[in-house]
Amino acid sequence: MTDPQRVQPPGTLKHWALELRGLIKRFERPAVDGLDLTVRAGEFYALLGPNGAGKTTTLKMVVGLLRPDAGSISVLGIDALADPVAAKRIMAWISDEPMIYDKLTPFEYLEFVAGLWAVDAGIAERRARELLAWLGLEAHAHERCEGFSKGMRQKVALAGALVHDPQLIILDEPLTGLDAASARQVKTVLRERVSAGGAVIMTTHILEVAERMADRIGVIAGGRLIANGTLEELRAQAGKRTTSLEDAFLTLVAGEAAAA
Amino acid sequence: MNQPGTLTWFARHECRLAWRDWLAMMTAGRRRRLSTVFAALIVFAAGIHGLAYAVVGRFAERGIHPDKAALVIITSSLLLFWSLLMSQAMESVTRAFYARSDLDLILTSPAAARRVFAVRIATMALSIVAMALLLASPFINMLTALGGTRWLGTYAVVAALGFTAAACAVALTVAMFRTIGPRRTRFVAQVVAAVIGAAFVIGLQVAGILSYGTLSRVEILQSDALEALAPDIGSIVYWPARAVLGEYAALVAVLVVGLALFAGAVLVFSSRFGDHAIAAAGVSHGGERRRATSARFRTSTPAWALRHKEWRLLVRDPWLMSQTLMQILYLAPPALLLWRSFGEGDAVLVLVPVLVMAAGQLAGGLAWLATSGEDAPDLVATAPVSARSLLAAKVEAVMGAIAIVFAPFVTGLAFFSAYHAAVAMIGISVAAASASQVQLWFRHQAKRSHFRRRQISSRMATFAEAFSSIMWAAAAALAAAGTWLAVIPAVIALGILAGARWLSPRQSV
Repeated sequence: MTDPQRVQPPGTLKHWALELRGLIKRFERPAVDGLDLTVRAGEFYALLGPNGAGKTTTLKMVVGLLRPDAGSISVLGIDALADPVAAKRIMAWISDEPMIYDKLTPFEYLEFVAGLWAVDAGIAERRARELLAWLGLEAHAHERCEGFSKGMRQKVALAGALVHDPQLIILDEPLTGLDAASARQVKTVLRERVSAGGAVIMTTHILEVAERMADRIGVIAGGRLIANGTLEELRAQAGKRTTSLEDAFLTLVAGEAAAA
Repeated sequence: MNQPGTLTWFARHECRLAWRDWLAMMTAGRRRRLSTVFAALIVFAAGIHGLAYAVVGRFAERGIHPDKAALVIITSSLLLFWSLLMSQAMESVTRAFYARSDLDLILTSPAAARRVFAVRIATMALSIVAMALLLASPFINMLTALGGTRWLGTYAVVAALGFTAAACAVALTVAMFRTIGPRRTRFVAQVVAAVIGAAFVIGLQVAGILSYGTLSRVEILQSDALEALAPDIGSIVYWPARAVLGEYAALVAVLVVGLALFAGAVLVFSSRFGDHAIAAAGVSHGGERRRATSARFRTSTPAWALRHKEWRLLVRDPWLMSQTLMQILYLAPPALLLWRSFGEGDAVLVLVPVLVMAAGQLAGGLAWLATSGEDAPDLVATAPVSARSLLAAKVEAVMGAIAIVFAPFVTGLAFFSAYHAAVAMIGISVAAASASQVQLWFRHQAKRSHFRRRQISSRMATFAEAFSSIMWAAAAALAAAGTWLAVIPAVIALGILAGARWLSPRQSV
């Protein structure tokens, strides 16, 4: 699915795929409170946290849907706050509630997304056809999306995110509402992107997914990163070497709540 | 006293929802604005009473003799008012069927669905009656103050009209459900509602043009020809008009008929309302298949992709198309006037402001769809395109649609007078750009299906859009007449826009 001719931005290897420093966002209260976070290229990073921890707010600031009150965001060396258009060019965002156009077909939706990202029509069409086939949407490629199930809509949104060949994919609860087969397809697609050198950041409440797929896991609570590392490192931080991610996660969050 | 599951308990629940819906509509969801809204309403009510005095003052002071001419005019006015209420009532009934909100909860609860829907139909009717009374009250108040308390009976006539409209709307929508099915009813009912609201006005204008060569509706209503065609003075058709003029027997009859129709609708239809709501919920949208083999991606820029998407979505949604282009229906009489009066200067003077006004209103609706009604805001906001370029592309989409709609009119005008065509073109462009800009300043994310309720997001945007269009239309009319006085409404329009920008939450755009 990844275009072998894709041109890597200069200095990619020298930079983090994503680097957040001192990120702050306040609404009624601090939603994100001085967050530092780094993700490497070719890494699958899972961001975990209880409801209201600041996961979605953090990711929305990264993709430009929210403006931080303070801090810096760097995407493959590009200052996303100073040059958001350049940063957006190499990113893709998928939310838990797929927002697509009911009156467009998947094929037309992908044509629109390719147009927004100014992808060459020939390349975009080839990618679109591959993605639609791979995600099992080929038979529905020319039907309007208005009758689609949530799983199908999520797949269309995923195809839209991949059609411009992003180097950093950010997903907010992408597996919510998907059946087992669809969830597996999505996970396979994401793993392949990581193998090809892309970076994936995903929030999820399904800890088994994070446990199986993520190279590193971050735990966020109260707007701050309270734990970060591989599964083994997280277990060590939780002080429970032999337990599951679920136990480690609950221990870490409970400890943070008690400290607060 | 208020046992759960009883009629009064459901009524209390429905009234609370209706009140909060109204509050949200007036305050755009910000409770802090409540005092400002009430102050604005008082000022507005005072202004409307002044307008009402100008319209009905002389009749109240002079008195109206119930001859055939007077009865025809009053009956026609009541019919016009009723058509507007009917349009609103059909919209409410359709929304009750198709907007899911709490229907799942109600239909899965052990409460008697018949009872719940009886209360729901009653609440809809009461909201229609309340709206009717609010609209009519300035005129009735002025008539009562100047002409005596006998005019107070008009309140009862208006309430009866509201109840009748609600009953007819329920009956008509249910009849559609049974004949054309739930899939088509949604679209057809909403189009019918809009057409009912417009048809009577347009019909009177067309008749006026064909008979007298004028857009004025009053001319045709006061004509001898209509009076000759109208039923005899003793006809039952005139009872509502007689009730307005203070005849107590007619008043009682009108009120009884209105309430009886409404009670009948509740009794007959409340038991099946739940079934129809379930049928509506089961409507599959069934994705329409497009041609597959020849489809190819076209090389495009982000701006082209955005413009093309906006036009494609509009063309593919017949309901939205009908709603946005409904304003074009109002252009039918001016078009007829242009055709009938080709070569006559007066007709052009009437046409230019009508075109400008229509362009402003149409552009406002289209701009709302393109900005507030964006279905995938996250996708567009995360695209590598600057916010300014995004907005520019969307404004281009709106202005392109305006150009397509109004170009034939301006071309027609140009055959008669190049000067007036130029005035119309400039006026159309400026009014459309102003209305679009207002929608950009006040944009507020919403579903496209909420198009008809777009005013909820901001009363200020609605007023600014309407009054700027009116002022640009006035400026165009004066410019078409060749007077420099055109500058005055133009300056007022700019002032309205400046005020809207100052009050808008997005002053940076």
